[in-house]
Amino acid sequence: MANDEAQSPLTGEVLEEEMELTLVELCRACQVPAERVIEIVAEGVIEPLGRDPAHWRFQGVNVQRIRFVLRMEHDLGVNIAGAALALNLLEELEELHARLRYEDDNNL
Amino acid sequence: MKYKDYYEIMGIKRDATQDEIKRAYRKLARKYHPDVSKETDAELRFKEVGEAYEVLKDPEKRVAYDQLGANWKAGQDFQPPPDWDQGFEFHGGGFTGADAAQFSDFFESLYGRGAFTQGFDGRSRREFHAHGEDTHAKVMIDLEDAYQGATRTLTLKHTELGADGRPQMKERTLNVRIPKGICQGQHIRLAKQGGAGIGKGEPGDLYLEVEFRPHSLYHVEGRDVYLNLPVAPWEAALGATVKAPTPTGSVDLKIPANSSAGRRLRFKERGIPGKQPGDFYVVIQIALPPAESEAAKTAYRNFEKALPYNPRKQLGV
Repeated sequence: MANDEAQSPLTGEVLEEEMELTLVELCRACQVPAERVIEIVAEGVIEPLGRDPAHWRFQGVNVQRIRFVLRMEHDLGVNIAGAALALNLLEELEELHARLRYEDDNNL
Repeated sequence: MKYKDYYEIMGIKRDATQDEIKRAYRKLARKYHPDVSKETDAELRFKEVGEAYEVLKDPEKRVAYDQLGANWKAGQDFQPPPDWDQGFEFHGGGFTGADAAQFSDFFESLYGRGAFTQGFDGRSRREFHAHGEDTHAKVMIDLEDAYQGATRTLTLKHTELGADGRPQMKERTLNVRIPKGICQGQHIRLAKQGGAGIGKGEPGDLYLEVEFRPHSLYHVEGRDVYLNLPVAPWEAALGATVKAPTPTGSVDLKIPANSSAGRRLRFKERGIPGKQPGDFYVVIQIALPPAESEAAKTAYRNFEKALPYNPRKQLGV
C-alpha cells in the first residue's frame, strides 16, 4: 500500500461523472476476468464504446452495473439475464418515481 | 455476546427440512437484498439472514447449532459451553464465499473464522510482476459536505502478507478530499491506493463509495433535497413568511395562502450542486398547537363555531 502517512488530502476522480475505463481497468475495478465482462456485454447489460474489446471504452457508471449483476448472481443465484432484467426494472421504477415527483410538482 | 436464534431470523420451525430452509432463504434474500429492498434495515437483515443460512444449510453446522438446545432466547447473553463442538468435524463444506468477515461474534465463537478467510488468492496474479488489486470501501459523509466539499479522514483495514507469508490485519489512515457536488452512491477513485502490486507491479486503485449519513432535517433523492417544514394552521391558511433551514444556511420563505399539508415548494438549483444541480423542496406540514390549557381549548371551540367545516366531505360521510 502506498502513502501510509496521510498528509495533504488525496484527490480522486468521480467515477460516475467524467471517467471512461478500458476493458482492463473495468475488469480490475470489478475484480472480474475479462470473459465475464464480455458475457455481460453480450447480454446487453452494459454498452461499450468502440468496435472490439481491444478498443472498448466504458463509462464509469458501468462499474456499478457490473457489480450489481455480480451481487445478484452471488447473493440470489440469479443468472446474468435475470440480473439484467432486475436492473432494468429497478431503473424503470426509479424513472416512475421521478416522474411522479415531477407531476406532483406541476399539479399544485 | 448475544445468542442468535437462526430459526427465528429465517422465520422457520426448528424441524424445517433443508428444502424449506433453502426456500425461506431465497425469499428473504430477495426481500432484504440491499440492491432491491426499500426496507430501511435491509442491509442488516440481509447479513443476518445470510449468517443464519450459512449455518442452517450445512447439516454439520446445523446439528452442532441445534445441540446448543432450544431453550436459548434471541438476545440472551451467550457463551458457548466448553467442548460444545466436541465430536464434530466441520469440513468447511458449503461456505459459499459469503462474506464471512461480516458475520457476528456469535457465529465466530461457534464456527471460528480461520477456516474461510481466503488469505492470499492467486486470482489475476499469474505473473510475478502484477498489478495490485483494486479495492472498494465506503466513506460516510454529511449532506453539507456534498454542498461545500470537504476533507474526510478514514481508517481502512486490509490484509497484507507478513514476513512469514501469512496474511495480517493492517490499518491505515487516509485523508481524502470529498469533491463538491458528490451524490449518494457515487464513487471516488483514488489512483494507486488499492492493493499493493506484486514485484514491480503498480498498486491497484481504491474506490470509495459515498454514502450520506442520515440527516435529522433533510432527505435526499439523487441531487434533490427535501425538507419537511412544520407550519402553524394560520400560517398555512393566511400565508406567511417563515424561517426555514437549508444546507447552506437559513432563509426567509414565503408560504402561499391556502397551502395544504404536503404542498411542495420548489427552489430551483438549490439542491446538491453540479453540472445539473438538484432542486431544494420544502414540503409543508401543518402542526397543530396542543389543546392543553383551558384557553387553548376555548380557542379551538371558537374556531369550530366560526368556521363550520367537514374535512371528510370527500369521503361521503
